[in-house]
Amino acid sequence: MVDVNTLFGKTKEEAKPISPKSVEEYPEAPISLGTTLVNFTGDWRTFMPVIDESKCVKCYICWKFCPEPAIFIKPDGMVAIDYDYCKGCGICANECPTKAIAMVREEK
Amino acid sequence: MEYKPIKKVVSGNYAAAYAALHARVQVVAAYPITPQTSIIEKIAEFIANGLADIQYIPVESEHSAMAACIGASATGARVFTATSAQGLALMHEMLHWASGARLPIVMVDVNRAMAPPWSVWDDQTDSLAQRDTGWMQFYAENNQEVYDGVLMAYKIAETVNLPAMIVESAFILSHTYDIVEMIPQELVDEFLPPRKPLYSLANFEEPFAVGGLATPNDYYEFRYKIAKAMEEAKDVIKRVGKEFGEKFGRDYSEMIEKAYIDDADFVFMGMGSLMGTVKEAVDMLRKEGYKVGYAKVRWFRPFPKEELIEIAESVKGIAVLDRNYSFGQEGILFNEAKGSLYNASAHPLMKNYIVGLGGRDFTVKDVKAIAEDMKKIIEKGKVEEEVEWYHLKR
Ligand code: SF4
Ligand code: SF4
Repeated sequence: MVDVNTLFGKTKEEAKPISPKSVEEYPEAPISLGTTLVNFTGDWRTFMPVIDESKCVKCYICWKFCPEPAIFIKPDGMVAIDYDYCKGCGICANECPTKAIAMVREEK
Repeated sequence: MEYKPIKKVVSGNYAAAYAALHARVQVVAAYPITPQTSIIEKIAEFIANGLADIQYIPVESEHSAMAACIGASATGARVFTATSAQGLALMHEMLHWASGARLPIVMVDVNRAMAPPWSVWDDQTDSLAQRDTGWMQFYAENNQEVYDGVLMAYKIAETVNLPAMIVESAFILSHTYDIVEMIPQELVDEFLPPRKPLYSLANFEEPFAVGGLATPNDYYEFRYKIAKAMEEAKDVIKRVGKEFGEKFGRDYSEMIEKAYIDDADFVFMGMGSLMGTVKEAVDMLRKEGYKVGYAKVRWFRPFPKEELIEIAESVKGIAVLDRNYSFGQEGILFNEAKGSLYNASAHPLMKNYIVGLGGRDFTVKDVKAIAEDMKKIIEKGKVEEEVEWYHLKR
């Protein structure tokens, strides 16, 4: 399986987009390294999914349904959300059989 | 190498094809549409005869033609295409992709009236309707300017990374033959070195995406960059036009070509081939004692606002000749010119004459009649009918 964290020889940290502070810092043309790897879809979010670990039964339905995919499984088997890519669609919260995921309005 | 022009008797369309050949374009994608077709036919002939190493991409529509040009240009190639009227309209969506991705594609548009009613004759509405797509626009007066315009456009476009459109009149230039001084290949190569692209999709070592999604947080800045490049293009245009003049004897350092401005009561302003008629008429009117001049707008985008203000400061009136019309407002050049002068100190009397739509003949006699009308306006000191449909059968 392709590890998206090392696509193009770049780790996700290295691939983090520069967040230009002034217009001069932007590239002349709208180009970006990689695609959604560095264009964080997390910017789109209005509501953020928050997992209540005590309710989670590790069925991984959320992991399967997340379209981005922004949900990953930690070494201890617990699911976690990568907020850099989670666009806040709420599918995970809708699909979770134990209602372990709540969509919370995000203050930015 | 000393410059000795190669004189050829060619149509405006062939002048465009030769210019593309001399600019060493690498990719051409186009769909035939009257009266543009013979540009592409000539290029096909160059390729068939082994004169040019051009990749020709056959497509099924103008929308695809521009899409192919965009893809090729994004790999770093020098790209050419040509179209006309309905074809240009079909390209509209893609024109934004070209300028947005900052690709210096050069295209010849053979100015033709929009249907219905179906027409294949001259009218500037097709190209002016593409005013806001981020393409630079040069209006050629004659076949020589078509040739020179294409060569200069590549140099300018590749400096500011914006696409450029060279506009020539349907049939008046596209299909009539005239002497065109062409530049020997070695000198063109000196003037126009190979393109140095801003980025290249053919760089497989560092993959990247072009034109991906920009959130509201970033889109704005990319638009500003285009606006700034357009503004910078004014200086580049003047510099390249001057260099062209020094090297090849035809100076294009002014975005508005003008004459007799200093002591003129009023001037004729317009674009494209109709200004050839105006220039001829103005010379005659001068001999008859009329204090008239002309201002031929060569580059419509970027718009030469500063040069126009300078002209406005020294004349009492401007007769704007528009071979186009924006429904619900007025002639497009008239609208632009008036707007440009709003905050200037000079406010000459301005009248808009809608002329020559759909190829209606516009002659020296017509220029004289308009001069008479303008003379009366200057004497009265006011414009009564702001927009006049000059040829209308009444
Ligand atoms: S809200 Fe949507 S994008 Fe975010 S983790 Fe849930 S399913 Fe994935
Ligand atoms: S769907 Fe709900 S229960 Fe299942 S893994 Fe995800 S959060 Fe846990």
